[in-house]
Amino acid sequence: MLNFLHDRVLDLVSVIRDVIPVAVVVIFFQLGILRRPIPNTKAIVVGFLAVIAGLYFFLIGLETAVFPIGESMAHRFSLPGNKIWALLFAFLMGYTTTIAEPALLAVARKAEELTAGGLKNFALRNAVATGVAIGLTMGVWRIFSGRPLWLYILAGYVITLILTYFAPRQIIPLAYDSGGVTTSTIMVPLVTALGLGLATNIPGRNPLIDGFGLIAFASVFPIISVLSYSIIIEIKKKNLRLRR
Amino acid sequence: MKNFFYLFYKSFLDVAPLVIVILFFQLAVIQEPFINPYKLALGMFLLIFGLFLFMLGLDTGLFPLGESMAFSFAAKGNIWLLLIFAAAIGYSTTIAEPVLIAIAQKAETMTESRITAFALRNTVAIGVALGIVIGVMRILLNHPIHYYFIGGYIAVMTITIFAPREIIGIAYDAGGITTSTVTVPLVTALGIGLASSIGGRNPLIDGFGLIAFASLLPIITVMGYGLIIM
Repeated sequence: MLNFLHDRVLDLVSVIRDVIPVAVVVIFFQLGILRRPIPNTKAIVVGFLAVIAGLYFFLIGLETAVFPIGESMAHRFSLPGNKIWALLFAFLMGYTTTIAEPALLAVARKAEELTAGGLKNFALRNAVATGVAIGLTMGVWRIFSGRPLWLYILAGYVITLILTYFAPRQIIPLAYDSGGVTTSTIMVPLVTALGLGLATNIPGRNPLIDGFGLIAFASVFPIISVLSYSIIIEIKKKNLRLRR
Repeated sequence: MKNFFYLFYKSFLDVAPLVIVILFFQLAVIQEPFINPYKLALGMFLLIFGLFLFMLGLDTGLFPLGESMAFSFAAKGNIWLLLIFAAAIGYSTTIAEPVLIAIAQKAETMTESRITAFALRNTVAIGVALGIVIGVMRILLNHPIHYYFIGGYIAVMTITIFAPREIIGIAYDAGGITTSTVTVPLVTALGIGLASSIGGRNPLIDGFGLIAFASLLPIITVMGYGLIIM
């Protein structure tokens, strides 16, 4: 019991240490460089305490729920005959978590504004979610097959660059960003636990070499799907103009 | 108060689809009860509650301040200060990124401490800082983003040839892990503030593209770290 408490206190200390750099940077630049007082000091202090408590609970939640679930699912999926379920799980998880992702929602709204409705909010989110779903499915497939990660990522990079050549220029930065924005706070730990669990349980796989990499798939494939989507929209627009 | 509910809704949206997919698979495919349902439910609750508190805390205090600072620095016109601020924000937000904390710990356990969580997180944070600095310079110089990425992709693949095999997966994942809760909003504010303060730019076009650099550079720095330690 005492040991348990001791560990929890240590966790709390390390969480505080994790958050302090952000506060130091903000305070230093505000007071030292911009030479402005800090507004709402009280709100900032309370907010800071909430950040520390939140991070602490979040990490405990990951440890007690998300990692065990990911590992037990991975164990199940690695049994003979369950490969198809593993692939389906990866696809569904990738799609559903991404389509509901708040960060993506904000970006998609901005994109609709930017193209004056040319890129529809939902269609863009759909493109990104499909990209993540296909990426994760291929990533799980790779863990079963044991082929090297870099081969797939290299292929992803080459396709990205080829599509970039044909895509409308204003969409390119947005498309490249969509890879990073989509990987959400809770999906990433679950996917990592799933990958490591699969690589631990499938005979002949090494968790370190084969277990990581799913997030990389989930980051590269949305770029491809968003670029493809914008090219399709562009072609449709041209056809419409030609018909007139 | 509106903010309060919005944030709760946001953390709920983050978790709900996952819970549904997991329950579906457990009940319909695996057809077995969970081994420790109460513990899992408690953990899930702590997860949502923790994420909610975390975002609420950032939103009431640090984010508004950080965003206004990002705007001020972008508008101030001193390029060196702007770059230093960009690097500091990239580094410090990455160190506080919840997911990176958890994954780095996992990597340390798995490699039996050959890779330490501390070093890994610092390497990723340096990568993000570098990435944002390069991204800010790109916005200032008004270069097309893909020229940089052709170079970046070639660099990633070249280092992959020499990097130890155990680090490659972690490095490739590092890019996606870093850019989430803390980093994205502040970095986005920096980009949009920057683009709107430079004349003749569309903030919506030029504001994007910083996250992409923050995802690419850590891949390179983590493999560099792998080369050094192994």
